[in-house]
Amino acid sequence: MNTLTIDGRAVHFKPGATVLETALAHGIDIPRLCYHPALSPSGGCRLCLVEIEGRPNPAPSCGLACAEGMVIQTQSEQLTTIRRDLIDLFVSEHPLNCATCDKNGACELQHYAYEYGIGQTSYDFEVSRTLFQDDNPFFVRDHQYCILCGRCTRVCDEVVGRNAIDYAGRGFDSHIATPFDGIMLDSSCVFCGSCVQVCPTAALVPKTQHGRGREWEFQRKRTICGYCGVGCGIEYMVKGHEIVYARGYPEAPANGEFLCVKGRSGWDFVSSPDRLTQPLVRRDLAYKLGITAEPWTLPATSPLKARKPEEYFVPVSWEQALQIVADELAKVVSAHGGDAVAGLSSARCTNEENYLFQKLFRAGIGTNNVDHCARLCHASTVTGLGMAFGSGAMTNSIQGIRDAHCVLITGSNTAESHPVISYEVVRAVKKGASLVIIDPRRVPLVDHATLWLQPMPGTDIYVFLAMAHVIQREGWGDAAFIAARTEGFADYVASLEVYTPEVAALHSGVPAEKIELAARVYALGQKANEIGDWRLEIDPSAQSRNLTISQSHNHSISRGPACILYAMGITQRTNGTDLVLSLANLALLTGQIGKHATGINPLRGQSNVQGACDLGALPNVLPGYQPVTDAAKRQAVAAGWGLDDLPPHNGLTVVEMMHAAVEKHLRAMYIMGENPMLSDPNITHVEEGLRALDFLVVQDIFLSESAQLAHVVLPAAASLEKDGTFTNTERRVQHLHPIVPPPGEALPDWQITGAIGERLDAALGRPAGQVRWRFRSTAEIATEAAAVTPIYAGILHHRLGDGGLVWPCPSPEHPGTPILHTERFSRGLGKFHAVQANLPAEQPDPEFPLILSTGRVLYHYHTGTMSRRSVGLDWREPRGYVEVNPADAAAINLRDGGPVVIHSRRGQVRTQARFSDRVQPGVVFLSFHWKEAPANLLTHDFGLDPLAKIPEYKVSAVRLENPSRRE
Amino acid sequence: MNRADLEAMAQREQQRQQAFGCRILCCASTPCLSSGGQAVYDAINAVISEGGWEAEVQAVATGCMGPCSHGPMVTVQRPGEEDVVYERVTSDVARALVAAHAGKAAAVAPVEHVMPASAPFFAKQQKVVLANSGLIDPEKLEDYVARGGYRALAYALREMTPEEVCKEIIASGLRGRGGAGFPTGLKWDMVRKEHSDKKYVVANGDEGDPGAYMDRSLMESDPHRILEGMAIAGYAVGADQGFLYVRGEYPVAAKRLERAIRAAERRGLLGSRVLESGFNFRIDVRIGAGAFVCGEETALMASIMGHRGQPVPRPPYPAQSGLWGKPTLINNVETYGSIAPIVENGAAWFAEIGTAKSKGTKIFALAGKVATTGLIEVPMGISLREIVYDIGGGIPDGLAFKAAQTGGPSGGCIPAAHLDTPVDYESLKALGSIMGSGGMIIMDEHSCMVDVAKFFMEFCMDESCGKCVPCRVGTVQMHRILERITDGSATPQDLATLQELCMMVKETSLCGLGQSAPNPVLSTIRYFAEEYTAHIADHHCPAGVCTLEKQPVGEWVTA
Repeated sequence: MNTLTIDGRAVHFKPGATVLETALAHGIDIPRLCYHPALSPSGGCRLCLVEIEGRPNPAPSCGLACAEGMVIQTQSEQLTTIRRDLIDLFVSEHPLNCATCDKNGACELQHYAYEYGIGQTSYDFEVSRTLFQDDNPFFVRDHQYCILCGRCTRVCDEVVGRNAIDYAGRGFDSHIATPFDGIMLDSSCVFCGSCVQVCPTAALVPKTQHGRGREWEFQRKRTICGYCGVGCGIEYMVKGHEIVYARGYPEAPANGEFLCVKGRSGWDFVSSPDRLTQPLVRRDLAYKLGITAEPWTLPATSPLKARKPEEYFVPVSWEQALQIVADELAKVVSAHGGDAVAGLSSARCTNEENYLFQKLFRAGIGTNNVDHCARLCHASTVTGLGMAFGSGAMTNSIQGIRDAHCVLITGSNTAESHPVISYEVVRAVKKGASLVIIDPRRVPLVDHATLWLQPMPGTDIYVFLAMAHVIQREGWGDAAFIAARTEGFADYVASLEVYTPEVAALHSGVPAEKIELAARVYALGQKANEIGDWRLEIDPSAQSRNLTISQSHNHSISRGPACILYAMGITQRTNGTDLVLSLANLALLTGQIGKHATGINPLRGQSNVQGACDLGALPNVLPGYQPVTDAAKRQAVAAGWGLDDLPPHNGLTVVEMMHAAVEKHLRAMYIMGENPMLSDPNITHVEEGLRALDFLVVQDIFLSESAQLAHVVLPAAASLEKDGTFTNTERRVQHLHPIVPPPGEALPDWQITGAIGERLDAALGRPAGQVRWRFRSTAEIATEAAAVTPIYAGILHHRLGDGGLVWPCPSPEHPGTPILHTERFSRGLGKFHAVQANLPAEQPDPEFPLILSTGRVLYHYHTGTMSRRSVGLDWREPRGYVEVNPADAAAINLRDGGPVVIHSRRGQVRTQARFSDRVQPGVVFLSFHWKEAPANLLTHDFGLDPLAKIPEYKVSAVRLENPSRRE
Repeated sequence: MNRADLEAMAQREQQRQQAFGCRILCCASTPCLSSGGQAVYDAINAVISEGGWEAEVQAVATGCMGPCSHGPMVTVQRPGEEDVVYERVTSDVARALVAAHAGKAAAVAPVEHVMPASAPFFAKQQKVVLANSGLIDPEKLEDYVARGGYRALAYALREMTPEEVCKEIIASGLRGRGGAGFPTGLKWDMVRKEHSDKKYVVANGDEGDPGAYMDRSLMESDPHRILEGMAIAGYAVGADQGFLYVRGEYPVAAKRLERAIRAAERRGLLGSRVLESGFNFRIDVRIGAGAFVCGEETALMASIMGHRGQPVPRPPYPAQSGLWGKPTLINNVETYGSIAPIVENGAAWFAEIGTAKSKGTKIFALAGKVATTGLIEVPMGISLREIVYDIGGGIPDGLAFKAAQTGGPSGGCIPAAHLDTPVDYESLKALGSIMGSGGMIIMDEHSCMVDVAKFFMEFCMDESCGKCVPCRVGTVQMHRILERITDGSATPQDLATLQELCMMVKETSLCGLGQSAPNPVLSTIRYFAEEYTAHIADHHCPAGVCTLEKQPVGEWVTA
């Protein structure tokens, strides 16, 4: 069964596969130009024509479905003649000036011209398209090389979901264009460069490659992207020690070959003139210590120059710097104890570095005061999912999303914060999945949504509870799953009683029938075309139905896979843990977990935030989420480190550290690769805390806002300059490889932290070598970490390869676990938690009548240290802005693009107003990337989530002021 | 409205019409309007109101009557008398004929303008699809109903199962009137057998062949006939939504169709619970934006879905996966126009018309060098000679017939030697042409066949969508060679290259546009090769059309 004959060979085909796919899978090459394995067949180039026995004319194999017993001939005299003629036609309007072409050696048309011996066209040569489009810093479109294969338009439609380009004109005048032949900037283009990736000729070339070399001149080096948590594999083309351009590669497990604008074009920060190249000591401290040094000079090109940091710091040698750090930390430890020191580890550093950093605090300094920015993003996930399932991470894989029948996204601006995951969502939608978005903001993916529920910020908890109420009332739950795999159901159902859709509608503003529809679509995993009429036909008597009784054993329900994706909109909340639990409850109720294309999928924001949590850069757990309060586990880890025991009580969290610093309980801090001066809530308070410290050491790649307050600044290597591992959001541990050398004297973080550990032991008079600080490679650190981290026990560098390993990986032979909770939950049974609806800590009032939400924009990342130093990214979004609904703007006469001042109880920020219907009236949105307009001057640091201690970035009460009307 | 109401409505309207002593029908189709039809209609109305004859005389603006080159056309109907057809009517003629026929004044009818009913133009035609054309007001639902309209739909809904409807259409032998001639019933049955929650019915009114206007006239003259056909199709295949895709250059047709849809929906003949049955059927008009390729079915569907009108590879065929991935029935508007008569009169009646393999009648837009051009409906199998010499009245100015071009840019030229060929799908195909949608251009000896081929190639080159390379670039190269032949700079090698290119483009193009673009060249080479060689070898255009002012470049020199 399922066999056909290609070129006399009997080959097996997968049902539904095309002849071309089957031939390629069996190593039979068929010429093709418009075909791309990730895209739908177009049939435009006609090169893949094959002869089919019993049919008079050859047919294109890209759109030809395999059929039992088909006999295919891919090579024949007739086909060769046809292909020669076609290539002849192609080159009759494509200049063969290969010698001066950037794509020389990588051009697919050139390849076939060579193969079929077409040196020049036999027809009249005429180029119909001559435009050279150079309107953006990311790529150039040289229309004369375009062969109109349409790959770029299809990738933009089918993968990226933006439809920025399509064919324009007719016949010989056809060309690829944005609407109305405008510039790229005016289109819906997101500059992800996927079109450049798939272009077979030199029609689309990365701007940085233009004129800088041909394919064979570059070294190809692969590593993992250092921006968000998707963990895309990127191949860098390197000439000498410089990156020429970056691209995806199909074997990358998380992203396939597609990237976003940051991954593809945001790497140029590594060669910024601002990079820290030598250790620095604050001038007053240097004076006190009697250090004399040559004055420090910044390159003239550095934008930092204007702020004259030279006046505050003097450069020192590594030896001096490390000794100062060790001595100063030892001084504090001796005088005030280990708990007077705290550390912020980094979600952008490798697993090995995070492991070593927390080891320094626990084993070297003797405190659990180590935390990192996961506190500010997914702390509620770690606690919430830990309580419900026993494991606080994404349950399923990224590439599984495309097979879901229903994707529910809430509190995640996926297309901007995790663009490559949004590609998976778009692919699912193109395959017919329904997309349900529950978000107060009209995020870009709403364009693809089947159903969009828009609650007022802070009220979504009612929607989730009401969805559960409806599912239970209508008997859409999975009774068998609940009985076999869960506990706590009875109490949970009782708690749902009051949360009817009508109550939810009253609080959230989402119509009750929309909530009911969303509940059905998610619970039953319905595809978009299975939804039927918008209006649900619910028996009116249902509203009085008793929830506990209606738990019918309805086995006839057909259920498709549905997955939930969420991010900061859920977690950065006073009741973040409750929200996470309410989503977990939905999955437990419907059994949409533990299977392919289902699950609860928190999207992690930074390249290694998952790994930093996994390896214990948290104040309450040791590596592998082993509670510090669990004596047996703690002592086992201590034994692995050559010690008897470790500090037994929970340490301080990020926000608590700042409070403690102000109150002088905390005397010294070591910050590795974080910038709390922009990222933490209420930064006036943060600054107060950092300035109050006796000693602050900051290790970073740039002189960040936080580093400017430090006593010692240590220059570190960026992720493109070192090796190690990152764990992406789907728990996949992937290997990083150095692409370029670090600038100046900058060192990888693990070498710096290790050296500090060694010197600290000496300064405290401990025996050298008792605790290991000196490693020859990150592989050695990983081996030690594996020994004390059960979930990472099998994660050793030599096993990783191109695909990495997905934890839990409990032994060196284990293949990894892409889907969690398949047979049993990590905690045994899944636990329902009764959740009450609570509202945000700060509510709008007459004085501050608007709600401020914070988040990211596509072109920038976190506090902008990297992305704002990237030429292209900065070109696209150079200034901060606040999104204001035109209705609110009209009330104070704002001008679109004009200045606006935002006031909160914490402070005020001046920025630009951008009119937008993405936010509803009463809500404004400001991203936190901008040091000129720091959103976190406005956010509050009270009302932390009681369990996760996460601050509420998503809801602050603010007021807008029109500065031009001040006088 | 139910079946009884429909009958009642028909009778009421018939009685109303018979109450008039005289009905004056004025053609209000685009050809007659462009030759002054509006003024004629206004004049007739003026005379009626001047005379105060509103109760006895009725003026009706109708659709096309046929002999378009003789317009404006007016038909006078009197109960119990034969209709009198007037040609080339002016306002003065109109006044006179109204006065004469209304019988109020002692006026003499302008007999010199009468076109006798026995004229071969009418006698050789057989009107099935155009049966109402020119006899009803296309903007009045009652007119259509009075002539038996919607009776077929009512019958099908009440008396037939969807399967039976499909069987009836299969038995009738009706084939697609868009040009390819696929058996219509088989296509319906394929869509009917598909399992899907949603199906669509699409009518292709994107007529684009140069000189062809059959579909436009039908849509302008008898819009309800198309709607009724589509509704029967919807019932037969299980669809509840139809789209009527009208060429953007046909604003009158689109307007009349939209009005017709609204009128039918108001009376319960379309929309929800059609004729009080359980069948729902909505029709929406979609207007094209000027691309010829949108007449290709996959491109047309892309356009309906809001995408750029570009073809996609088949299979899957629309019957399996069409609009929004759902099974979709797509037929030409003329095909839908044939449905109601088949259901009403039975498949056997229809199958008696025409030849063994081509049943029924076909509408042609007769154009070019014949005495009478216009819209004709003839039984399949009629000879080309009858069309040209009887219906068309022969070639004017005593010139000789040279060729008939059928099928537009996808078709070919038929030379005088084949004048007696019966006009049906197979015979035309055997001659290297196609039936096509119904364009028929007659050429006399002053037409240069190379120039004709060049004209059609230029058309295809301009209208290529640009997606596949053989069509996008191949047509440009072919056109360039034809240009060289007609300007005198071609070499014999060019002719060989041209023929090779033709074969390649025909075999490898993605859709019908490219696959058939070489046909005009191939068929003119087949029958008029000597004209090509005369251009190249003798530097002479036998028809005297081409200037041939250039010389070939290179080593080849005229002997």
